[in-house]
Amino acid sequence: MSTQVTTGLQVRRSVQLTIDDQSVTVAEGETILSACRTMGKEIPTLCYGDTITPKNACRVCMVEVEGSRVLVPSCSRKVEPGMVVRTDTERTDHSRKLVLELLGSSVDLSLTKNVARWNTEYGSEPTRFGKPAAPTNHRDEATTGHHHVADGSSVSNVLQPVKIDNELYIRDYSKCIMCYQCVDACGEQWQNTFAIGVAGRGFDIRISTEFNVDLTDSACVYCGNCIQVCPTGALMFTSEHNMRDAGTWKEEEQTQTDTICPYCGVGCALTLHVQDNEIVKVSSPSDHSVTHGNLCIKGRFGFQHVQNRAE
Amino acid sequence: MDLKVNSSVATRDERDAVDSVLGKPTQYTQGGQRFEQDLRVSRAGEALRNLRHMLLPTLHAVNDRIGWISRGSINYIAQQLDIAPAEIYGVASFYALFSTTERTMRQVHVCIDLACRAMGGLREDQLPEGTHPSPCLGTCERAPAVLVIEAGNPARHEVLAPATPVQITALAKGAWPDAEATVVSATPQVATDSKNLVLLGRIGKVDPLSISDYQEHGGFDALRKAMQLGATGVIDEVNASGLVGRGGAAFQTGRKWGAVAGQPAFPHYAICNADESEPGTFKDRVIMEGDPFALVEAMIIASFATGCEQGFIYLRGEYPRAIRNVQNAIDESTKHGFLGANILGSGFNFALSIVRGAGAYICGEETAIFNSIEGYRGEPRNKPPFPVEVGVFGKPTLVNNVETLVNVLSIVKDGGAAYAALGTEGSKGRKLFCLSGAVAKPGVYEVEFGITLRQLIELGGGMRNGSTLQAILLGGAAGGFVGPSDLDLPLTMEATRAAGSSLGSGVVMVLDQSVDMVDQLRRIAAFFRDESCGQCVPCRVGTVRQEEIVSRLAKGVQAQDIELLRELGTVMRDASICGLGQTANSAIDSAINKLKVFAQ
Ligand SMILES: Cc1cc2nc3c(=O)[nH]c(=O)nc-3n(C[C@H](O)[C@H](O)[C@H](O)COP(=O)(O)O)c2cc1C
Ligand code: SF4
Ligand code: SF4
Ligand code: SF4
Ligand code: FES
Ligand code: FES
Repeated sequence: MSTQVTTGLQVRRSVQLTIDDQSVTVAEGETILSACRTMGKEIPTLCYGDTITPKNACRVCMVEVEGSRVLVPSCSRKVEPGMVVRTDTERTDHSRKLVLELLGSSVDLSLTKNVARWNTEYGSEPTRFGKPAAPTNHRDEATTGHHHVADGSSVSNVLQPVKIDNELYIRDYSKCIMCYQCVDACGEQWQNTFAIGVAGRGFDIRISTEFNVDLTDSACVYCGNCIQVCPTGALMFTSEHNMRDAGTWKEEEQTQTDTICPYCGVGCALTLHVQDNEIVKVSSPSDHSVTHGNLCIKGRFGFQHVQNRAE
Repeated sequence: MDLKVNSSVATRDERDAVDSVLGKPTQYTQGGQRFEQDLRVSRAGEALRNLRHMLLPTLHAVNDRIGWISRGSINYIAQQLDIAPAEIYGVASFYALFSTTERTMRQVHVCIDLACRAMGGLREDQLPEGTHPSPCLGTCERAPAVLVIEAGNPARHEVLAPATPVQITALAKGAWPDAEATVVSATPQVATDSKNLVLLGRIGKVDPLSISDYQEHGGFDALRKAMQLGATGVIDEVNASGLVGRGGAAFQTGRKWGAVAGQPAFPHYAICNADESEPGTFKDRVIMEGDPFALVEAMIIASFATGCEQGFIYLRGEYPRAIRNVQNAIDESTKHGFLGANILGSGFNFALSIVRGAGAYICGEETAIFNSIEGYRGEPRNKPPFPVEVGVFGKPTLVNNVETLVNVLSIVKDGGAAYAALGTEGSKGRKLFCLSGAVAKPGVYEVEFGITLRQLIELGGGMRNGSTLQAILLGGAAGGFVGPSDLDLPLTMEATRAAGSSLGSGVVMVLDQSVDMVDQLRRIAAFFRDESCGQCVPCRVGTVRQEEIVSRLAKGVQAQDIELLRELGTVMRDASICGLGQTANSAIDSAINKLKVFAQ
């Protein structure tokens, strides 16, 4: 069943499996999701990002694998020879519908890509659980292991005030789906700074600095690599946040220009997002073989001088 | 990593507590004294990071000493272990026995869980000032139960059960409970049926703190026999016995042992899962309190058979007497050459230690234990890879429940075939049941597989005076309810499975007519909401929605809410990462479908 494919200098075995009755051959080590993508199949994903090891936390990408009692997260499960996968059964569709509803009823997904389309596709109605509870200021003070017992009159959610504690970026955890990507980007997988972690337990889990101190008191070095990986708009340039607030953010009018960071000899790739001849934010191509979308504070936020034109 | 700590400084007590686990810091960057050479060089990094598994014991030390975990102490631990404060905060805030806000030295944890509230215990909204609500304290046979913790040097921990509201108020005001009831009170069979008991055979007969008593009653005979049989011989006997895990998942023990033994990667680790937190479960506690050497001996045998040189007993933090007795058994066994280097001259080396849990049901999930031991948040890991291949510290790991392990002693001594001759075709051997609720003599009962629910209740003296049976919870909050018409159900794995329930961890909780079933369901829903680790959406949000819907149903039944619960149950079962989310709807579902709790 397995033959050898030569990719560059590496020899990787290939694996043959069946997805929705079609046979497909991919390299060993690929995930079910990537196999599906090579076949042109779309599987919804929310917590998955291409530069971070999958945490498979959202469970929207679940598929059926023959022989498995429960559904399997396609974003992280590696293909195996002879695997038989189904991507659109009653069970997978039900799970996707409910996951979209559970998240949609507890988190502000307004800036999360594709959600509106998937809600239609899977028939999700996040409002059917009931009336949303009012935003609270207390999520950072939750007691682990005990909560005020719900009376069912409203639907709990994570809505809360935006955290604005520095000039460069804001944290709007009402939009956070707890994909863990920012924590992994800040810590072990990229930045090695560990300014933020996951705190609390259960529905009270949250992304937090130690004791919820302001970022300015934390270890944060403002590399913005967490913003780069955040799939929901929970982490956002202050410039973008202010423009959205003012109603002047017009993504469709923006141009994106790739360039090289001028500050040091590393030469990271930058993508400048420009609206009305002003740089409104900076990202970096996540498929760049050296930097994988990561920058430092200078490349990420040091663009003001470009705009200091003589009046 | 450049460690950045803010200006909060640990007090002398906090530093002392941390140092009691980690030793005094040797250099400035670790919070020690500053010398001139520190301006140029710092030795830390890799070596310190290898101490990450010391984080949980260190947090315990601080919490024990001052009652909570302050910013200053987190900063000091951060320096000592080279872990970022945000990470430590994430770990500390994961556990219910820790607090990251200041609180009194005295903590009174009042059980508000299923058995206790069924037996007249307080509900969360009835607790006196100065007490905290607690999930099941694993003392259900003496419900209602309270755990008192007094921070200090040393901290004191004591259980009071049963506890009246007056006593609870007194505890909150500073009273200290009398010594706990003896372990035998949890094993009523000892008085009438003692000669037929094997798993419970020594309880009440030996002093649980005395190794010579243990040896006079057959202690370490199984270990000697195991060493004669050799590792493969032991695994053969365990395979022949048909023993399956008693922790809830009923996996074949012999197969697991064989798989660990055969792993090429080394070292191998052995973990005893003694986190017993499934509401209604207390059998492991009774063994550890009453016959702790048996667990130590069984761990040595398991590790000998599977090639582990280091073992951990992950023991629930709410079990003070079990911790004391097992620690004593480890110390005594080490002193007498049963632990340590070259055990009984066999050339086999084995070190065993307790890792104390800190209040998290999820840490009983076998991969969550790994993260907890390693000093991370107790979140379950992805499977595959499975623990037998990639477990704690990334190495092949054996995880077994306390009762599973203790069964191995008689299997080794009397042979696997003799064990397999007991029980039924699908459920071999002996089983401990945790009988609680409205029976005359609640406690742990040891039986051969095959007896019915009715026979077990009769063994427990029948229903309590004045009680009529309303419902029975089998397998705990993750199990399911059955009704009075199911009394002839054989308590075997196959029969309970066929009846749409499960034996789980051996919970048989008998609820009489006085129990408000809707209240029980609300508590089950609240339990899962509290205990979900929060990692995956179906469980993190699903358990919240489930609680909201059950509360709504309590006020008035709507068909669409019943349907919503069913849909929720399906996604939790199908798409959750671990067994917690996968079973969080099962008891509620059985109450609705079998007992018709919300029938219109
Ligand atoms: C949420 C959850 C909690 C668990 N708690 C325990 C526990 O406290 N003790 C235990 O032995 N097994 C517990 N288990 C089962 C373990 O994951 C594992 O199956 C067991 O320890 C294996 O040992 P065994 O084969 O001897 O039963 C739990 C499982 C889940 C999903
Ligand atoms: S900006 Fe960089 S250092 Fe700061 S939290 Fe984000 S990833 Fe961490
Ligand atoms: S802030 Fe963004 S990146 Fe971080 S967990 Fe939330 S959604 Fe994910
Ligand atoms: S099912 Fe629940 S407890 Fe298990 S990993 Fe998911 S959130 Fe955590
Ligand atoms: S995308 Fe796979 S679990 Fe979130
Ligand atoms: S001790 Fe209270 S329910 Fe178990």
